[in-house]
Formats: sequence, C-alpha cells, structure tokens
Amino acid sequence: MRIPCPHCGPRTHEEFTYYGDATVRRPSSSSPDAVAAFYDYVYTRDNPFGLHRELWFHQGGCHEWLVVERDTRNHAIKGAVPARDVFKAGESK
Amino acid sequence: MASRYSIFSLLRESLRGHRGWTPAWRDPEPRPAYDFIVVGGGGHGLATAYYLAKNHGARNVAVLEKGYIGGGNVGRNTTIIRSNYLMPGNIPFYEHSLKLWEGLEQDINYNAMISQRGVLNLFHNDSQRDQCVRRGNAMHLHGVDGELLNREQVRKLLPMADFDNARFPIMGGLMQRRGGTVRHDAVAWGFARAADSLGVDIIQNCEVIGIRQDDNGVMGVETTRGFIASRRIGMACAGNTSRVASLAGLRLPIESHLLQAFVSEGLKPLVPCVITFGAGHFYISQSDKGGLVFGGSIDMYNSYAQRGNLPVVEEVCEEGVALFPCLSRVRMLRSWGGIMDMSMDGSPIIDRTAVDGLYLNAGWCYGGFKATPASGWCFAHLLATDQPHDVARAYRLDRFATGRLIDENGSGAHPNRH
Ligand SMILES: Cc1cc2nc3c(=O)[nH]c(=O)nc-3n(C[C@H](O)[C@H](O)[C@H](O)COP(=O)(O)OP(=O)(O)OC[C@H]3O[C@@H](n4cnc5c(N)ncnc54)[C@H](O)[C@@H]3O)c2cc1C
Ligand SMILES: [Zn+2]
Repeated sequence: MRIPCPHCGPRTHEEFTYYGDATVRRPSSSSPDAVAAFYDYVYTRDNPFGLHRELWFHQGGCHEWLVVERDTRNHAIKGAVPARDVFKAGESK
Repeated sequence: MASRYSIFSLLRESLRGHRGWTPAWRDPEPRPAYDFIVVGGGGHGLATAYYLAKNHGARNVAVLEKGYIGGGNVGRNTTIIRSNYLMPGNIPFYEHSLKLWEGLEQDINYNAMISQRGVLNLFHNDSQRDQCVRRGNAMHLHGVDGELLNREQVRKLLPMADFDNARFPIMGGLMQRRGGTVRHDAVAWGFARAADSLGVDIIQNCEVIGIRQDDNGVMGVETTRGFIASRRIGMACAGNTSRVASLAGLRLPIESHLLQAFVSEGLKPLVPCVITFGAGHFYISQSDKGGLVFGGSIDMYNSYAQRGNLPVVEEVCEEGVALFPCLSRVRMLRSWGGIMDMSMDGSPIIDRTAVDGLYLNAGWCYGGFKATPASGWCFAHLLATDQPHDVARAYRLDRFATGRLIDENGSGAHPNRH
C-alpha cells in the first residue's frame, strides 16, 4: 500500500501510523444528550465495506496528519489530504 | 443420518476400498420457517446450532452460510487454544471453553486432533515477569493451571532459542500445560456433522441480505435463496458482523481488521508447544505434519480484504528469527489473511440487541477460535432462554456505555491495539 502524501509524494504505508475513522467528531459536553453522543463518538463505528475515510500520521516523513480515502475491500487508495484542511472546513463526512 | 466413526468403521471401510463412506452432513433446501436461525456457518455458528439441539432440545434450527462452512476464520486461524487470561469476566468463560475442548472429540464423535501440548508465554524483563506472575495468580484463583518457568526450565524445552539476545534475553515464561492446538477445519466439520445428525439444517451458499422486522421484533431474514422466517435469530458473522447488523439498523462498537498467518515447509520436531515471544508480537507452534505455523500482529488498518500487506510478513519473520535464529533459512510455504471483528475493548459480545429476538455473538478479535465451544454453548443458552449464561454474563453489549469494559491489554478504545 502506498499513500500519496500531499507533501512527500507516494510513500509506503510503513512510514505512517494509522489512527482510524476520520469521520467521528467530538461532541459538545454541554449538550443534553452528551452521554449518548460520547458513547457513539468513542465506541461505535460505521466500519464500512468500501470507501473509508481514515486518519494517518506521516511519522516517517513530514509529520502531517492526513485524511486518506481508502477502499476496505481491496486497499485501493483514492486520495489523501491534510487533515487540518478537512477539519477547518468543518466538513463532517 | 451419519453412522458413527470408530476404529471398526475405519477397518471395515479399509477392507472395502473406502466405498461405503457417506457425506458427513446433508445439503437441505431451506424450509420456509425455523424456530431458530443462526447466521454464519463458522465455528461459532455451527457450535451454537449443535448446542441448541443438544442442550436445549431444539429440532427446527438452520445455519445460513453465505459461502461454504469453514471458509471463514474458523479455517484460517493459527489453532491455539488456552485459558490463560487475566480479567475476571474472561477467565471463567475461556476455562469453560477449554474444558469443553477436553471432551469434545468424544462428544461429537469426530477427531479434531486436540493436542494439549502447552502454551508458553516468554518474558524478557522484570516487569513482564511481574505481569506473568500476576496473570498466573489470577488464573490460580479461578482454578486454572499455570506454572512459572525459570530460564533454565525454558532452556530445556527450547534449546534452539536465542538466550543471549542483548536487548531481549529470555528470563522465563508462564506455561499453561492444558493449552495447545486443534485441527481447525475439523472443528467446523465435526460440529456440522454433529448438528446435522440432530436435525439441524446447514444451508450453504445462502447469504443473508436483509433482516425483516415488525412491531414484535425480528420476523426473519431475506437471503439469496429467498425469505426465511424465524422469531429467534442469532448473528455469528465474525469479520462481517457490522455489515450484517447494519441490516437491522444496528451500529456496533466493532471494526473489521485483517490478520495474517504463515506456514513453513515441514521440519522434524522442533517446537514442542505453543510459544509466544514477549518482546514483540509473535507466536509459533508446529503442526503434526511438521510445518511451523506462526503469526504476529494485525495489519492495523480497517480491512475486509482477506489478504495482507508485505511489511507485516517481514516483521513477523524478523521476530521469528530473533527468537529462533535457526529459522533464518527455513522456507515459508504459504500465508493468508482473515477478517476479524475487533471490538473496542478487545473482548467479545454475547448479548441481546435493541431488536427483540435478534441476538449478537461478535467481537472475537483474533482470539475467538479457542472460544468456539463455549461461545456456541453460551449463545445457544441465550437464544433458547433469552437469559445470558453465567460464564458469559460480562459480555454485554451495553458495557461500553456503562464503563464495565473488559480490556485485557489496557489499550483503550482502539480496536487495532488489542
Ligand atoms: C490469521 C488468523 C489467526 C487466528 N489465530 C487464532 C488462534 O490461534 N487462536 C484463537 O483462539 N483464535 C484465532 N483467530 C481468531 C478466530 O479464528 C476467530 O475469532 C473465530 O474463528 C471467529 O468465529 P467463527 O469461527 O464463527 O468465524 P468465521 O469462520 O469467520 O465464521 C463467520 C461466517 O459468517 C459467514 N457470513 C458472513 N456474513 C454472512 C451473511 N451475510 N450471510 C450468511 N453468512 C455470512 C462467513 O462467510 C463466515 O463463514 C485467528 C484469526 C485469524 C484470521
Ligand atoms: Zn508526508
């Protein structure tokens, strides 16, 4: 598997550390349903059969956090963008 | 109905050219309705159906398998069985399983090559030793066997291991002599044959693609072979659990991850028991044919592809050679991958779901093979009585919400770190 890092180009995934699902968002602790929302945030996952948006850290390269879109059926990678762009845009999925 | 296997039937058949053997289980057409449906014909699903029939007298049971039985993880694992756990929720369950293994071949009249050759966890520093002592004590408190071996005792067992490794010297190990290995395919076939002989329909090439519900709960399943009705449905789908549960609108604390396994060319007896290397994540045993069977960590990222990447192959082989330098020129024959249902605390779930009549058996991570008999036993109990079995009481689905986690490794809500 090679991850196309926007800064370093295509690099073997051994240089990266996997964190997991990039679509979950920390809920507000002051919301009335905070307990249920935190349970979902910490524990439940879509675990899709197909495209998965996931966080990888380029530990052996530029030290950027990336959101990678990858197909869990065959490991084909569609693309990778800096996580800060995704999170700044407030995009949730 | 299949005839009993014995030394006499074997002799009789050898004398007449083995022409008298009949198929070990039927290939029935699905009936329109069943009292119980088990989704998934892996070890857990087949064991569940067998114990539903045997322990609870159920006579109208179907196992629905999307491929062929034994094609999933039950036929892909490294076959290790043991009950050397630490947490109170886990030890009684896995010990129940080990006891069932001990009598299984007689019970199901099938040779599963159960071999209690021992499981030895090596330790390489003082803190690992403390951990092994603690785990051994926890096992003793539950009446489970465990023995602390010192360096010289380990050296006698494993003269070929590298005892002079400067960073990871072998200081000793925790041995469970009742642990060992089992022929994994035989477990699927043996449970299938035994369940079939009690009237269970094993229906292969039958994928569940929908779960129908009404106001009273679950009604039945849509399959590639049509609708099949049942008010009691158990899911035992291992790596595909999230997909099947999503058909009923459930979202689970589970991710699917990939684990690889490896077999070497056949060698003379070298590895006398199951050995785990404490300095990394590596385990090895030797099959009765002589091949070394070994594995390591999961590939770390979500996956439904039953094949892994090369860096893990390299890592696993490096660890093997670090422990046993003499393996460096042994040839590896085969490797493969399986998809596991990694739960958020590394422990399984055997429980009801939010849908009445729909039950869940999942979260086995990469340790579910040893659990096969007890998992079937307890899941059958839950399906038949709607009550959790005593030794599986801790495996609740709501434990993640209530904080009653069973996290053996203490690694938190990261499925790939368990
Ligand atoms: C490489 C590897 C090594 C392992 N080593 C060990 C070990 O040494 N010791 C140990 O204890 N455990 C080990 N495990 C874990 C163990 O194999 C699993 O936890 C256990 O086998 C899972 O239960 P099962 O046998 O029921 O799964 P499976 O055999 O995977 O059964 C699940 C079945 O469900 C079917 N299914 C899925 N979706 C559907 C659907 N929609 N409709 C119908 N059927 C469906 C699948 O086709 C499959 O046959 C290992 C796993 C792997 C992959
Ligand atoms: Zn980079």
